[in-house]
Amino acid sequence: MERRTRRGDRSWPVPFRSSNGRRPRVRKVHNAGDFIFRNITRIFAILVFSLVFVMAYEMYMGSGLTLQKFGWSFLWTETWDPVQGTFGALPFIYGTVVSSLIALIISLPLSLGVAIFLSELAPRWLEQPLSFLVELLAAIPSIVYGLWGIFVMVPWLRVSVQPLLKKYFGTLPLFQGPAYGFSMLAAGVILAIMILPIITSISRDVLKAIPTLQREAALGLGATRWETTKLILMGARSGILGATLLGFGRAIGETMAVTMVIGNRPEIAASLFSPATSMASVIANEFAEATTDLYTDALIEVALILFGVTIILNILARLIVWSTTRRFAAT
Amino acid sequence: MRMQTRILAAALGLLLLGVSGTAQTKLNGAGATFPYVIYSKWFDVYHTKTGIEFNYQSIGSGGGIKQVTEGTVDFGASDAFLSDQQLSDIKEKQGSEVLHIPTVMGAVVVTYNVSGVGKGLRLSQDVLAGIFLGEITKWNDPKIASINSGMNLPATDIIVAHRSDGSGTTNIFTDYLCKVSKAWADKVGKGTSVNWPVGLGGKGNEGVAGLVKQSEGSIGYVELAYAVQNGLPYADLRNKAGEYVEPTFEAVSAAAAGAAKSMPADLRVMLTDADGKTSYPICGFTWLLIYKDMKDKAKAKEIQNFVKWAMTDGQTYAKDLYYAPLPKTVASLCVKKIETMDVK
Repeated sequence: MERRTRRGDRSWPVPFRSSNGRRPRVRKVHNAGDFIFRNITRIFAILVFSLVFVMAYEMYMGSGLTLQKFGWSFLWTETWDPVQGTFGALPFIYGTVVSSLIALIISLPLSLGVAIFLSELAPRWLEQPLSFLVELLAAIPSIVYGLWGIFVMVPWLRVSVQPLLKKYFGTLPLFQGPAYGFSMLAAGVILAIMILPIITSISRDVLKAIPTLQREAALGLGATRWETTKLILMGARSGILGATLLGFGRAIGETMAVTMVIGNRPEIAASLFSPATSMASVIANEFAEATTDLYTDALIEVALILFGVTIILNILARLIVWSTTRRFAAT
Repeated sequence: MRMQTRILAAALGLLLLGVSGTAQTKLNGAGATFPYVIYSKWFDVYHTKTGIEFNYQSIGSGGGIKQVTEGTVDFGASDAFLSDQQLSDIKEKQGSEVLHIPTVMGAVVVTYNVSGVGKGLRLSQDVLAGIFLGEITKWNDPKIASINSGMNLPATDIIVAHRSDGSGTTNIFTDYLCKVSKAWADKVGKGTSVNWPVGLGGKGNEGVAGLVKQSEGSIGYVELAYAVQNGLPYADLRNKAGEYVEPTFEAVSAAAAGAAKSMPADLRVMLTDADGKTSYPICGFTWLLIYKDMKDKAKAKEIQNFVKWAMTDGQTYAKDLYYAPLPKTVASLCVKKIETMDVK
């Protein structure tokens, strides 16, 4: 059996432990070609890795004026006034987070349902084309979603969905106010459609990674289909959490689709029917014409906040997903 | 195998040599999106006529100003003229002054989508400011009804639509509102991007036109071309002399002719709220930003020739593309201005 070193698998084998107890030496590489190859690929890996740091550094440097003028209060100021020179990122952070949360709430049950169907219940001849179709949804460009949103989804929301919600749930502050169509709700719905394929495909992979032995054991002990599925879900929960975080990460960074349906109003309101804004959409909208240096720096700082949030979420998600799939890969 | 790679390399080398060999005069410009349509037409016609190639990127007025400051383009275009600060920055960085050459004029119209209300809704200065400030919220408000006695205004909410991106159109519109409403000037101010008290934001003129077209009871501001092309009705606005004027080419030219009398020497002037009985109150020039003292004198000469052509033959293409041509007085001022360019 191959012994693994503490740092995981190496691409070249670590030889036997030396007899005097010292650390084993790696075999010396005599071939010059191998040496060059190893170092070139190492440089590439370092380049890609350092790109992230360079980007963060450039954005930090680029937002100098606003960091100086506003400091931390940039994060909780609600005004965005280019004429007076007062900038605050709170409406954008709020809009981004809330629209992504709505997207998660809508798409999580749907995605899980599809993932369970694809991994447990669907016959083989149905599962493959269906998986392909779901993944196709992820391939549609964001701006196409945006256009579809403007011409199809928003009118539908304005005419059918919002009046219904108002009629039955109008007492809640969430569903009050005039129904423009272009609203936080519209952004949430379109994001839900966009993150559904991500959560579905990763959840399906995670559910499939759980060995059949577990299912057979459960069924053998007399569990029903649903109870078995529940058990599998329990086992896969960290992977599904990772998938959710990845989907959330995508929703947070989504630009064009959101900016076309969210209404672009830098305001925080309780109602889902009121227009809102998001970090990505304000940058997309206003960067090209940002007149003063302070304005440009404010937008770069918004970009930095978005960058930070996305990186952290994605790192977290990847770590969780890897830990699940690796745990079961060995058996 | 080695022979093949050698031949391939030689062929590539020749190709690159061939490409770099042709050094045509190519002039690069960047800036405003509003005049993009007519500039494209002009560059195309001029190229057929003289063979000089222009490359114009419509990245927005702000972008145009930035590129002119950085010196990455041969000329810029903007719907907003440069401030004194910006001019001195360019003088410092590029060592040249900038000439503002107005090329065409645009009208910003107030378009709306109200059931039962067709063309010709009348809006006075106070009513317009009140709507965009969020003070007037329903279409059948007495302030609107009193100036539109013949119309049947419904009791629907007014949905305001404005630009979500920075824009020269916004600059002209807010400049006008500042001139006619003290409340607006105090609360909001003017600029290419402002903190709107109410309303939904659409991206680009087409975004606002789309919002208005889709939403019942909405009102927004767009360039005249977009309102005409989308079949949207636009309002008659009350001008400084107290007359309700429809935004026609004649009304826009009247505004420019009125302003031409008192135009400053550097041609930097806002045409909003112009004098004159037939003037339309919300118009603006769009300018070409040209270096007075370019390093490449051959390019400078080409630009000068182009501008002279644009002021004469070029103006004939304006009306078909829904731009108002410059009045003759202003066009001749521009020609005089461009002759001050240093082309020797």
